[in-house]
Amino acid sequence: MYGKGLRQLSIATVAALAVSLSLVFFYAPLDADQGFIQKIFYLHVPLAIVALLGFIAGGVFAVAHLRSDEGRWDAYSYVSIHMSVIFGVAVLVTGSIWAKASWGHWWVWDEPTLVSFLIVFLMYATYYPFRYAIEDRDRQARYASVFAVTAGAFVPLNFMAVRLAESLVHPRVFATTGGGLPGSMMLTFLLSLTAIGLLWVTLVKFELTAKSASGQLKRLRRALDAPPAGGRPRVAPEVS
Amino acid sequence: MPALPLDEAGKYVAGAYVVFVVLIVVYVAIMAAKLQRIERELRELAAFAEARASGDQAAGVREEVGA
Repeated sequence: MYGKGLRQLSIATVAALAVSLSLVFFYAPLDADQGFIQKIFYLHVPLAIVALLGFIAGGVFAVAHLRSDEGRWDAYSYVSIHMSVIFGVAVLVTGSIWAKASWGHWWVWDEPTLVSFLIVFLMYATYYPFRYAIEDRDRQARYASVFAVTAGAFVPLNFMAVRLAESLVHPRVFATTGGGLPGSMMLTFLLSLTAIGLLWVTLVKFELTAKSASGQLKRLRRALDAPPAGGRPRVAPEVS
Repeated sequence: MPALPLDEAGKYVAGAYVVFVVLIVVYVAIMAAKLQRIERELRELAAFAEARASGDQAAGVREEVGA
């Protein structure tokens, strides 16, 4: 069910990534201020945007789960958050590399954008121990959904708070007054954002398909373990 | 800070993109391991189901002969 269209999606993702990388290195002009190091922007910022949107999507799926009590929405929510945490690791590492090259430091604690993203990331890092500390499956899914909704609502609030902080250190390339990206850079950025977004969707679908296959396998084992009519149960071999 | 020269900036840019690629490759490798485990379990379950079906058939034949 989850694997439907995965092949086409994978091909589209690879094509989009190839095109965006080509534009980054062969089309987009060098930044007048930062030079070649600004190329990290086309990777770091889309990763951050997609990760944050993924966290919000996890909250939206959690709302659907709490409303309908259907397990598939919990799976969507869990996998969205899981993938966004992985993307979050990439955001933090690529951001640190960019910071070192631009500012001479791997991390700057008085920069609200960095610290706020770290707070969001650490908050979602607690999702796993929180979820798996609960043994009962139904309660686990319900509590995890409540967490995902609360944390998901925190993400846009956090983003707005940072924008209002008006930092002078972190570049505001999408500012409405002054600065801003020229057309060729904006096109490259939008294509990079699309490619990273497609990658997120593809990996989420991969993960959901694997989880679904694993679940179907457990169902099959239970069905085979069940005793035949009038006979004694025969246990299917367990594979570790 | 002034822009870094290309040879120095190149190392940082390459580092950032390599981190991204490594993360993807590690993820794909983990997924491949999961897929292998699912395939192995499926193979064992299929063998078990076949053995069970043939066992049931043999039991049926024995009952018919006994009757």
